[in-house]
Amino acid sequence: MSIEPSDVEKIAHLARLEVTEADVPEYVRNLSNILDLVAQMDGVDTDKVEPMAHPMAMAQRLREDVVTETDQRDHFQQIAPQTENGLYLVPQVIE
Amino acid sequence: MYNKTIAELSQSLAQGEFSSVELTQVYLDRIEKFDGQVNSYITVTADAALAAAKQADVQIKAGTAGTLTGIPLAQKDIFCTNGVKTSCGSKMLDNFISPYDATVISNFKQAGAVMLGKTNMDEFAMGSSNETSFYGAVKNPWDLDAVPGGSSGGSAAVVAARLAPASTGTDTGGSIRQPAALCGITGLKPTYGRVSRYGMIAFASSLDQAGPMARTAEDCALMMNAMAGFDERDSTSIERDVPDYSASLNQSLAGLKIGLPKEYFAAGLDNGVASAVEAAIEEYKKLGAEIVDISLPNTALSVPAYYVVAPAECSSNLSRFDGVRFGYRCDNPEDLEDLYKRSRGEAFGPEVKRRIMIGAYVLSAGYYDAYYIKAQKSRQLISQDFKQAFEKVDVIMGPTSPTVAFNLGEKTDDPVTMYLSDAYTIATNLAGLPGMSVPCGFVGQRPVGLQIIGNYFDEARLLNVAHQYQQHTDWHSRVPAAFA
Repeated sequence: MSIEPSDVEKIAHLARLEVTEADVPEYVRNLSNILDLVAQMDGVDTDKVEPMAHPMAMAQRLREDVVTETDQRDHFQQIAPQTENGLYLVPQVIE
Repeated sequence: MYNKTIAELSQSLAQGEFSSVELTQVYLDRIEKFDGQVNSYITVTADAALAAAKQADVQIKAGTAGTLTGIPLAQKDIFCTNGVKTSCGSKMLDNFISPYDATVISNFKQAGAVMLGKTNMDEFAMGSSNETSFYGAVKNPWDLDAVPGGSSGGSAAVVAARLAPASTGTDTGGSIRQPAALCGITGLKPTYGRVSRYGMIAFASSLDQAGPMARTAEDCALMMNAMAGFDERDSTSIERDVPDYSASLNQSLAGLKIGLPKEYFAAGLDNGVASAVEAAIEEYKKLGAEIVDISLPNTALSVPAYYVVAPAECSSNLSRFDGVRFGYRCDNPEDLEDLYKRSRGEAFGPEVKRRIMIGAYVLSAGYYDAYYIKAQKSRQLISQDFKQAFEKVDVIMGPTSPTVAFNLGEKTDDPVTMYLSDAYTIATNLAGLPGMSVPCGFVGQRPVGLQIIGNYFDEARLLNVAHQYQQHTDWHSRVPAAFA
């Protein structure tokens, strides 16, 4: 399975990753090789097999709907790149 | 002092042969002297270690100490540690001082253990050689030209080089067992859900599991007594009683049924590794075990299935690194999209980016069934192989890794070649089973690991099986000459 340079650009956008033009050929080569490896599954008949999402086949645990977290906003925001008045700052989104 | 196991150190501390402060200082001095050669620590927390050791000494004097009180340990830099840099081997988290403790860390604090520092690792635990770390590769203490394995390469190297008595690791596709094998130490990946994942930076959430890395199975048991248990803060933690893992170490192996899967001894296995593993099997026969030939027919599906499941989960998990709340942020972003793309593009290394891209691809519209569902079905087949095998045998044995440690740089050009070095370890993660690696010989200077796979929650039996072998062999007590 080989992928095209345009696929690389599309995936990079989906994953919000900057990929420079110079890096594209290497991604094409490496990602194609990995997909070739993955394609080895194609030879096996899995029509009647249940997909396995989790090793323990268990349901997610539920708990009472009560507050368990304390307010640690100031503590957590100490390590944020940019904050103001308790808010995280990002470049302007709405004109 | 530095050649003693945890079990021996614990006794020495209790008998007052030396204090935890003295012991901790010995290790800090060794790290200072030797770690330049190995590059196994990202952060050394000397002051905090000595303070914790001092506290431990008070407890020991007061007679309120537990087995791990005052024992120095190294923690993989994937475990969030309150007030300490927790980098996960990435530039993305180079500036991240964790605001809280992972459950594994708080469990060891509670047990009175002393943290020496945080160990080097492949970036976000993605790698089999420790070469993807932002902080540079770790060197194998047995041969400084060789890789230590990965992703818990630093944790394996500190134990081999005697820069810590033991350490913690995490294992998503072999990341405890493979470096343990390549560095000649003992490592255990518990059953999925046995040890809490809370505060352990996520790679592939349905596969990740933390475990001990030490010189002996006995030490792994002592660490498991502190690590294992239910944690309500981990949604997939298992509510199930924790046995005393030390209690059954001395059980006889007479009548133990060991399955040898023919697929683990097929083409691709190095001859020297095969001989060492076969010699270990002979030793088990002497201990009264019965050998049963078995087959795990879907073994060849495990690497392909893993490289869909793990990247898919990684691309979701790593979307949290957005340059907004913590971690790296690029300079002068033009707009929000530029902020995301450049922060991630500049701070993730090539292997992490490859896996995020594969994950985004296999999950994207139109490909989900062909890749992700197909991989989950393959995972089911792999899991059923084990289920059938464990109807006939108590444990499964084989090599941990197809080769001994390879040279630094040898496999960095081709990701797929690197991936295949986990061919024997990945299947147990996909099934969620526990597995161990135990030192069982050498090829030249480089160690070989014997893999022992158990049924769900059978860690105590694995430790027993490994301990009995270590009572009759001395591979686990060899020290690399340069660090003796």
